[in-house]
Amino acid sequence: MRFMMIVKGTTDSEAGTPPSPELLEAMQKYNEELVKAGVLLAADGLQPTSAGIRISYPEPGGKPKVVDGPFAEAKEIIAGYTLIEVKSREEAIEWALRMPDPHGFGQGEIELRQVFEPHDLTSEPEALAGQAALRKQLDERRRP
Amino acid sequence: MNRPAARRTVDAIWRIEAPKLIAALTRMVRDVGLAEDLAQDAMVVALERWPETGIPDNPGAWLMTVAKRRAIDWIRRNRQRDDKYAELARVSELISEDDMDKALDGEVGDDLLRLVFMTCHPALSREARVALTLRLLCGLTTEEIARSFLTSEPTVAQRIVRAKKTLNAERSSFEMPSGEELAERLSAVLEVVYLMFNEGYAATSGEHWVRPLLCQEALRLGRILAELAPREPEVHGLVALMEIQASRLRTRVGDQGEPVLLLDQDRAQWDRLLIRRGLAALERCRKLGRPLGPYALQAAIAACHAEAPTSEETNWIRIAALYEALSRQAPSPIVELNRAVAVAMAFGPAYGLQIVDEIAGLSALENYHLLPSVRGELLRKLGRYGEARLEFERAAAMTRNVREQELLCARAAECDARSSD
Repeated sequence: MRFMMIVKGTTDSEAGTPPSPELLEAMQKYNEELVKAGVLLAADGLQPTSAGIRISYPEPGGKPKVVDGPFAEAKEIIAGYTLIEVKSREEAIEWALRMPDPHGFGQGEIELRQVFEPHDLTSEPEALAGQAALRKQLDERRRP
Repeated sequence: MNRPAARRTVDAIWRIEAPKLIAALTRMVRDVGLAEDLAQDAMVVALERWPETGIPDNPGAWLMTVAKRRAIDWIRRNRQRDDKYAELARVSELISEDDMDKALDGEVGDDLLRLVFMTCHPALSREARVALTLRLLCGLTTEEIARSFLTSEPTVAQRIVRAKKTLNAERSSFEMPSGEELAERLSAVLEVVYLMFNEGYAATSGEHWVRPLLCQEALRLGRILAELAPREPEVHGLVALMEIQASRLRTRVGDQGEPVLLLDQDRAQWDRLLIRRGLAALERCRKLGRPLGPYALQAAIAACHAEAPTSEETNWIRIAALYEALSRQAPSPIVELNRAVAVAMAFGPAYGLQIVDEIAGLSALENYHLLPSVRGELLRKLGRYGEARLEFERAAAMTRNVREQELLCARAAECDARSSD
C-alpha cells in the first residue's frame, strides 16, 4: 500500500527561508534510508504559496475563480511530500516517525494519507465484483 | 501503548530492521539460522519492554544492541563446544565494540549484500532460495510466504529449516564473492528476485492472475539491490523491467477477473509513476556504459510498450530488433517465440509464423501453452481459422490458469464460428 507523507507548511517555509544545514543533512540522510530500504517512490519539496495559484468554484456550475498566492493558514499549506510503498499502516507510521522534524520551532507537522488502491491490487473476489457492479451502475447512470 | 498495538508496531519495526539485524548478526555468528533466532529474541524482549517504556527513539539501534549482547553471550557460552565457536569468541572480543558502533550507524550495506548472496546460494534449490530470501530479507512470515505460493505453512517452514541446515553444512562463507564468481552469484540473486516477481505477476496456477505481495516484495528487493550494488548494470536492468511491468498490474485483469492482454489494456490506467521510475532505472543502467544485458534488453522492450501512446503506435521494428539482440545474448525458445510475435507485428504474420514453425518441434516447448496460443493467433490473422481453432484448443488444454483457459476457449469458439462462415 502507498502512503503519502505530507509535510505541512510553516512560517519559514512560507517565507522561503531555506532549512538549516543540519536539517538539510538530516533530511538527506532520511531520504537515503528510504531509498536503501526500497520503500521510496517519489519525494518533492514545494515552493512557497507566494508562487502558487488557487482555483476555486465558489458558485456551483459557475466560472472558476483564480487567485494568486500567497495564502494564509500555514497549517493548511503543503510544503512537500514523500510517497512510500509499505506493507502496513504501522510501517508507514514508523517511517513517518523517523522523518526529521520538518521545521522545528514547534510548527513541524507531517500528515500521513493512504493512497487509494486500484481494484487490481486486491485479490478478494467480492471486492472485484463490488467494483464491477459499481462501474456498471455508473455506466448506466451516464447513459441518457 | 496496549499490547495489540505494540505487537503491530513491533511487526512494522521488524520488517524495517530484520534484514539489517540478521545480516549484522550473521557476520558475527556465521550462522544464518542462529542469527535469525537472536534477532527474534531481541524482538521478544522489545515486545515485553516497549509497552511499558514506550518505543525508543532509535528502535533499530536498540534491537541491535540487545541482539548483539545476546550473540556475544551465546558465543562465549559455546566457545568450549566447537572450534568454530572458540574462534568466533576470540574474534567477537576484538570486534564487538567497534561492531556495535558500526551497526548503530546503520553501516550494514555490505552485510546485507552478503546476506542476499547467502539466501540465494547455489547449494539451495530455487524454491528454498525464494523462501529464505522472503523470510530473511523481506521479513515475511512463514504464513505470508505460504499464502503467496498457495502452499501450506509446514511446507514452507520445513523448506526454510532445511535451507538453513544446508547452508550450515556447506559452511557457506559469509564473504563477498569476487571476480567471476561475483557475476555468477549476482545473476543467481537477480534470478531469485525475478522468479519472485513473476510468480506474483503471472500466477502459474489457480484463479488469480496477480498476487501483489510477491510483486511488491520483489520490487522492493530489487530497489534495495540497486543501492547495494549500484555499479552493476543488470541490477538496474531488472529493476527497470519490474517497475515497468508492475505499472501494468492494475490493467492486467478485467472486471470479471479475466486476463487482459498487453495490447488490449487501458493505457490511461498504467501507473505513470512506476513507468517513470522504470525508465529512470534503465537510464541508470545505460549510463554505466556497458552493453545491455538480458534484463536490460527486456526492460528496453517493456519501455517501448510503456512509451507508445496507443498500441497501434508501438514501435514493433525496434522491439523485434531488441528481441534479436536478446536472443543472441540469452538464446531460448521462449525468446524466439516473443521475437516471432514482434516480427509478425512489424513485418506481417507470415514472417512471424515462419519463426514459430522453426521452434515448434523443440521439446523444451512441448508443454508450453503460449506456443500454440501464439501460433493460433498468427494463423487466425492469416485467415486460417480451422488450424487456428485447433491451436487455441491445444493451448487451453495445456494452461493451468483457469482464467487463461476461458480466454483461449473463447478464441477457439470465435475461430470455429469464422471457419464455418
